[in-house]
Amino acid sequence: MNTRNTRIGLVLFLLYLLLYGGFVLLNTFSPGTMEATPWAGINVAIVYGILLIVVAFVLALVYGFLCSPSEDDE
Amino acid sequence: MIYSPSHSAVIIFCLFVGVTLGLSFYLGKRAKSSAGYFAAHGQIPWFVNGVAFAGDYLSAASFLGICGMIAFHGYDGFLYSIGFLAGWIVALFVVAEPMKRLGKFTFADALNSTFDSRGIKLAAGVSTLAVSVFYLIPQMVGAGVLVQPLLGLPHWAGVLIVGAVVITIVVTAGMVSTTWVQFLKGSLLVIFSAVLTMMILHRGFDVQQEVLNPVTVTKTAAGETLINGLQLGNGPGETLLPPVGHVSKLPGGLSKTGPLGPLEFLSTLEKSEVVLWNSKKTIAEDGSVTITYTPKPTPGSEVLRPGQHPKFRGIRSDQFADKLNFLSLMLALFCGTASLPHILIRYYTVKDEAAARKSTIVGIGCIGFFYVLTLYMGLGAMTSGAMDVTNSNMAAPLLARSMGEWMFAIISAIAFTTVLGTVSGLILASAGAVAHDLVDSFSSTPLTDHQQVRIAKIASVVVGSIAIVLGILFQKLNVGYLVGWAFSVAASANLPALVMLLFWKRTTRQGLIAAIVVGMTSSLAWILLSADTYSQVYGLPAKDALVPFSQPGIVTIPLGFITLIVVSLLTNRNRESVSEI
Repeated sequence: MNTRNTRIGLVLFLLYLLLYGGFVLLNTFSPGTMEATPWAGINVAIVYGILLIVVAFVLALVYGFLCSPSEDDE
Repeated sequence: MIYSPSHSAVIIFCLFVGVTLGLSFYLGKRAKSSAGYFAAHGQIPWFVNGVAFAGDYLSAASFLGICGMIAFHGYDGFLYSIGFLAGWIVALFVVAEPMKRLGKFTFADALNSTFDSRGIKLAAGVSTLAVSVFYLIPQMVGAGVLVQPLLGLPHWAGVLIVGAVVITIVVTAGMVSTTWVQFLKGSLLVIFSAVLTMMILHRGFDVQQEVLNPVTVTKTAAGETLINGLQLGNGPGETLLPPVGHVSKLPGGLSKTGPLGPLEFLSTLEKSEVVLWNSKKTIAEDGSVTITYTPKPTPGSEVLRPGQHPKFRGIRSDQFADKLNFLSLMLALFCGTASLPHILIRYYTVKDEAAARKSTIVGIGCIGFFYVLTLYMGLGAMTSGAMDVTNSNMAAPLLARSMGEWMFAIISAIAFTTVLGTVSGLILASAGAVAHDLVDSFSSTPLTDHQQVRIAKIASVVVGSIAIVLGILFQKLNVGYLVGWAFSVAASANLPALVMLLFWKRTTRQGLIAAIVVGMTSSLAWILLSADTYSQVYGLPAKDALVPFSQPGIVTIPLGFITLIVVSLLTNRNRESVSEI
């Protein structure tokens, strides 16, 4: 089993889990916060939502770069 | 609403079907063996597989359901987009590489890699079938919804056409043709959604001052449809349903914005006012059912905040159970993706773990991009002046119609292909479960390669036929909502087994079987006893439901994990635990 890839995967997974969990909890327990428009007249719900999608792709790319191809031969 | 068939749409659609079927028969030669039929010999290039992931995953629910939900209720539909995408993080970081390493053709293979147990094969095979059939219902409903404006045919005809085309694709060349159909569909869907979004931004908003009258739609006991008391139809003395959906006020009293940037689009809407439509159903003594749609000018700031849709209103409630329902859904979406059998089998079509990883990254890129676009398409539809109040699933195609007849033709045809791609993946996953897991676990001698493929083809026809029947029965439900259920069942039944097998060395054979069985039955039972099913499927009062909230995930996913741990600890002395994987 490729333990290095697994470890990197778990760390990135936990990072995203925090971000997603924050979004869901904020929606559930403080829906009012989501209506605030702190930036460019766009509310938190949309900024955070689109951010979650963008960050997912960025983390996926980071993972792709960190897992070196040579390790797959182990 | 009555739709007149669009000839260009029919031509484009027939072209798509012709190309896919031609491709399928051509590729059929390459899929004679079981390795070819179930896994395309593991020869699919990673980039193609990544786009095919998008084609497999972005179902009618994503395209029609989410756009419709955003168009009718604002932001809430986007919550599904976010949850659907977040699930891919679990797929990439936790599941992708072990799946490829451990399995061969099906989800059960990976679970069973260390135990070689008939029980695991049986349990995982049944759960694959259950999840796939659940997921098939909304896809088939979507097909029926699309065929009405496209070909001017009734709902059942659409379901039947899609069913027949998909069965042909799957029977002729299995995973090989399925992959290429999904690749084609994934590319077209993402590209044309981007084009449509650019057209929305270019059009911007314009204010229409209409007299806002409620619309009533009555289904009489005799089966006639009346709109505001008049017969539905094109003839004299008859009337059509008026198209709706517009901006009633723009910031600064403007009447037209002209082209907008992607951020400007959202910030302008935030300060505008949009007319949304509420519906109310009344049943008269003579058995006629009247639905009254009332226009309600709504500030943009409310349209763009969570909690407008009836299903999500719970987050603004003081009741904790209502909030739990939302948490439960978001958990199921997060955990569900990596447990969907038709997604998991796509890991077997590439050559190694690195390719599995790379194709998932490509998939996340395509799918994430598309989901950002759903927000624009939904909001664009909301303000397009072309909506049908009675049918939220039609929002995306009608938005395209407001852009022009050709765009409508292309988008409808792509939506149809969308259904084809996802349904063929689901039917293939079910057929694999039947031939490779279920029949194999019952027969005393291992099946030959040739027998497995033959059984898989028969199973494809049977599952396809079941899907056709269910698609006709459930035609009234919003397709996006139904998919939430499929995710709950998948996450509850499959995820605990998969994750614990990978990360807990003391997992036993019995633990895995128990977790799948308990997760699957508890989530199914919960859904069948929930308020939503009571009101929408059985037609009973929602308050009679036996469970406190509708989404099972938050209870049944942990239940699966606990079952696995307890049963594994109890059976651990048999020394059957995973020693090394």
